[in-house]
Amino acid sequence: MSTLALRDRPIRPARVLLHLFLAGTALAWLAPLLWVFYAALRPYSETSAKGYVSWPDKLGLDNFTNAFQQSDMLHYFGNTLLIAVPAVLLTLFLSSMVAFYVSRFDFRLNLALLLVFTAGNLLPQQVIITPLYRLYLLIDLPGVTASGKLYDSALGLVLIHVAFQSGFCAFVLANYMRMLPHELTEAALVDGASVWRMYWQIVLPLCRPAMAALATLLSIWIYNDFFWAIVLISTGENMPITSALNNLSGQYFTDPNLIAAGALLTAIPTLIVYFVLQRQFVSGLTLGANKG
Amino acid sequence: MSTETKNPETRKAAPLASPSGAAPRKVPQGHRRLLTRRDRITLGLMAGVPTILHVALVWLTALASIALAFTTWDGIGFDSIKWVGVDNFRELLTNNPQFWPAVQHNVIWFVVLILLPTPFGLFLAVQLDKKIRFSRVYQTAFFLPVVMSMAVIGFVWQLIYNPDTGLINSLIGANEPGHYIDWIGDPDLNLWAVLVAASWRHAGYMMILYLAGLKGVDPSLREASSLDGANEWQTFKNVIFPTLRPTNTIVLVVTIIEALRAFDLVFVFNKGAQGTELLSILVTNNIIGESSRIGYGSAIAVVLLLISLVVIIPYLVSTFRKERRA
Repeated sequence: MSTLALRDRPIRPARVLLHLFLAGTALAWLAPLLWVFYAALRPYSETSAKGYVSWPDKLGLDNFTNAFQQSDMLHYFGNTLLIAVPAVLLTLFLSSMVAFYVSRFDFRLNLALLLVFTAGNLLPQQVIITPLYRLYLLIDLPGVTASGKLYDSALGLVLIHVAFQSGFCAFVLANYMRMLPHELTEAALVDGASVWRMYWQIVLPLCRPAMAALATLLSIWIYNDFFWAIVLISTGENMPITSALNNLSGQYFTDPNLIAAGALLTAIPTLIVYFVLQRQFVSGLTLGANKG
Repeated sequence: MSTETKNPETRKAAPLASPSGAAPRKVPQGHRRLLTRRDRITLGLMAGVPTILHVALVWLTALASIALAFTTWDGIGFDSIKWVGVDNFRELLTNNPQFWPAVQHNVIWFVVLILLPTPFGLFLAVQLDKKIRFSRVYQTAFFLPVVMSMAVIGFVWQLIYNPDTGLINSLIGANEPGHYIDWIGDPDLNLWAVLVAASWRHAGYMMILYLAGLKGVDPSLREASSLDGANEWQTFKNVIFPTLRPTNTIVLVVTIIEALRAFDLVFVFNKGAQGTELLSILVTNNIIGESSRIGYGSAIAVVLLLISLVVIIPYLVSTFRKERRA
């Protein structure tokens, strides 16, 4: 630390240059978003008369409120909530159970099982989509889902999210649980605690940091999902917000400023989660990557 | 609860001794002997239910893709499934004007990502790792696109590329009739336009991965190197970069997978029309398009699967071998 501080002082101009470079690049990085935000603040009539690169006469949130109301965005946010909340909870629940099993009990099955889960998670989604689509059409669930099938239902999306994401989570959580001392559960077992209690009352509470990081990551990933819903949902009404935007931009939004507002509105929840839980998000992303 | 957490404390000396050597393999045996019948059932369910769900929806469907690739099927009833051998593949390789462009675009996607945004992400990470002020502010800016969905990124850049109203054409004066540059419609331009957006996101992702890797570099290495009189570039090249090897492996795998998975951005841009065909797009268009051919679509998926496995298997084998040693 002291040597670093000493070395820093004499080369001040280099530091200033570095800051100039980083600030400039950061601004350039944000420029696309800032420009879209600027366009969204301006009325269409003004931009079509004056052009998009011009000083504003009038700035306002009209486009945002219009986009939100015209396309009934609240409904689609609701759809997303209905899919993302159960999917995140279920993924964490199931993958923590697998992780508990492989990290505490069966060392021979451990590798094979983790291999299957991790490899599955790395596959491009399009590899499995054709049979999955057929499978979802084949499974009849009269009375359970509105469509009467797994296809075109929130349940279907929840299931595929859980199946797909549990690969990554099981891998991360198994690594995490392996770092917990083995004596922790051994002692509990000697005391006569059931396996379930070991999992629920001893191991799981200790995994809270990893679970929080994964929950943040999963929420954003599932919220951002576009592909599964595009293929596995046919009724526009049932789409989660990210995929619905594709339809909305054609159906309701005629001017680019309105589309800009709609796109930004869609991004807001992820941005909030990111700003509030940045540390969790980044640590979740690197949790899986750091091993390896 | 209290007894359970107290016990390990008192026996803390034990864990340090046992993990080295062959001992850990015996521990689960001891664990197992103490299990009651009910515990065994609980464990079976805990491992079994998630595994069944994952295997059924991910691996069985992947296998079904392989099987269906050798058939034709109209999707109505199982009796209409007909074995056609390698016909689907033959048609795909010789008679599909979109297939080879798609393969080529997937390769270009990877090459661009690994050559431009990846080194740039590394460069940013090295700069931000210097314990400078506002590091977190800069990081937030660079990382912001990674948090947003690819679909939204697609919309944002679509607005920027719009020939009439977009930022780029407005700035360079190409938004008037006769001067239009159609960034998204022109098949010679659109792939590169999409790749700019993809790179914009990828750089931030790589920056975060490298920042995490750099945190793990022993600071004394750096000091030793500078004491030896090495300049910043020499230190990076000879000392830092070699120790980033595990991160580099992950970066490579992540980039390849991203290139194979590329879909949302292109779909939002122009649905993979001429110029931006990708394997993932071909598979999807075959499902949601009008002429749904299940066997044929599966054959494209199998090509995608094979390419993915060439990357995934060696990576996982090396990862898990290391883990076994650990």
